[in-house]
Amino acid sequence: MKVANTAWKNIRRSPYQALAAVLIMMLTFLVVSLFTMIVVSSSQIISYFESSPKVTAFFKEDAKQQNIDGVADSLKATGKVSSIKFVSKEEAFKRYSSWNKNNPILLDLVNSEVLPPSLEISTYKIEDLDTVAKVLKESPYVSDVVFLKDVVSTLISWTDAVRKIGLALVVVLAVVSIFIMTTIIGFKISQKKDEIEIMRLLSATNWYIRWPFLLEGMLYGVIGAVLGWLFTFGLTLYARPYLTSFMREIQLVTVSPAFLLALLAIEVGLAIILGAIASFMAVLRYLK
Amino acid sequence: MIRLLEVTKTYGTGTSALADVSLSIEKGEFVFLVGPSGSGKTTLLRLLIKDMIPTRGTIAMGNIDITDLPAKKIPDLRKHIGVVFQDLKMLMDRTISENILLPLEMTGMDQEEAEQKVEHILKQVGIEEHRHKFPIQLSGGELQRAAIARALVFSPEVLLADEPTGNLDSTTSWEIVKLLQDINKLGTTVIMATHNLEIVNSLDKRIVELEKGKIVKDNKKVKSLNEKDIHSEKKAASHHEELKHVDQKEDGNEDQEEETK
Repeated sequence: MKVANTAWKNIRRSPYQALAAVLIMMLTFLVVSLFTMIVVSSSQIISYFESSPKVTAFFKEDAKQQNIDGVADSLKATGKVSSIKFVSKEEAFKRYSSWNKNNPILLDLVNSEVLPPSLEISTYKIEDLDTVAKVLKESPYVSDVVFLKDVVSTLISWTDAVRKIGLALVVVLAVVSIFIMTTIIGFKISQKKDEIEIMRLLSATNWYIRWPFLLEGMLYGVIGAVLGWLFTFGLTLYARPYLTSFMREIQLVTVSPAFLLALLAIEVGLAIILGAIASFMAVLRYLK
Repeated sequence: MIRLLEVTKTYGTGTSALADVSLSIEKGEFVFLVGPSGSGKTTLLRLLIKDMIPTRGTIAMGNIDITDLPAKKIPDLRKHIGVVFQDLKMLMDRTISENILLPLEMTGMDQEEAEQKVEHILKQVGIEEHRHKFPIQLSGGELQRAAIARALVFSPEVLLADEPTGNLDSTTSWEIVKLLQDINKLGTTVIMATHNLEIVNSLDKRIVELEKGKIVKDNKKVKSLNEKDIHSEKKAASHHEELKHVDQKEDGNEDQEEETK
């Protein structure tokens, strides 16, 4: 308790230094939070697409039911298809209506005759989508093939880049924040040199002198991490309505309270470690 | 109680602060350490709390050899020796009672118990009404008493006072010396470094005079005893050396004997 009081007094008496330390920690953890959210979300989106590799083939107006069945049969013959779903004009209109139920103008514009019938084909492996797409494109009844593989592979390479950049940025920021905090705490130790000397002469042990400084560093870390997280939390709350309507059936884990709380816990833990490393470096360097 | 054996302290600059000082102080003694500025009084006191280490020689406090004491044990040593520093070394941003409480806090003593102890000591040195004031609000004499109070907080066996009357008027100086005498009467060994000859000469106490790092005068009868002690210690040490030598020799002989066998 006494240690906490001393640490708190140290912080209060040099507010600007404390602010600098907290802000750099906040920046670090803001970047940690944002990149974690982006990487986790995109991984989830990718795995959603990967787990249901899908090609949608839209048929021409003049395609008969038996032509469509013929295409479906030839696909089944490849042995790579896990499921084929036929979506009739009526079914397509039903889906369209439910997606746009709040928009009467859009509903008025379209009826079931306008929408083409389609086949939704899933394969066991994402690589097999290529073969399926090829078969579909060769068929004279197919007007258009919507193929998600390109989207997914672009997404994968983007996520990979984001992951690497994020990791590099986090490492650089973590190192910078450690050094800034070491400097700030080292400066405070130098400021209190006389006091520390007196304490030593009055029989203070090394740890009695060190503890408040260590605690101070950890406190900066924790406050910074909580602020950085709060900022991300605010952003998530703001973006949640857009994200959920945009993502439709993909339930993003990153907006769930459990994920956010786990992220906070991990960040606070990391912050304590960073703060402890920084202040311990300062203590070793300036408290001989 | 306190024994210095051929203690030499030479600073990095080459200045010799103490040269071959041997001194023995018994439990409960009151010793004036006198001498001009730069004679080595403060150095001697600092050596006793291991604020610095001697270049040569040994210092023992009771049965403990301070010179061999590991850094970890220094806080324990300092609990047994109260020090009133020449510049007092009070923490200016803490009240008098907080200053005195500080050493007790370091030991993790129960807050209530520590406060009671501080209260008792404040009364003992006669500044209880100033407990909530900051050092800057106190007069020289009161500050000196506060510093003595802090030095006494662990009920130390030894009290070192470095020029405690240095900046005080004659009346206040006498009050402080009286206080130190009272503390001494309760059984604490007191070593007071001073160059206030008026006080030193008026009291019938042991005077150890230093000049250029050497003891030039030691007026106490105990002195001869001490010298004898030191002499016997030296003898013991050389005897120990001799024994080691003999042991080695004997070992050698045994080796030789074994070889001849």
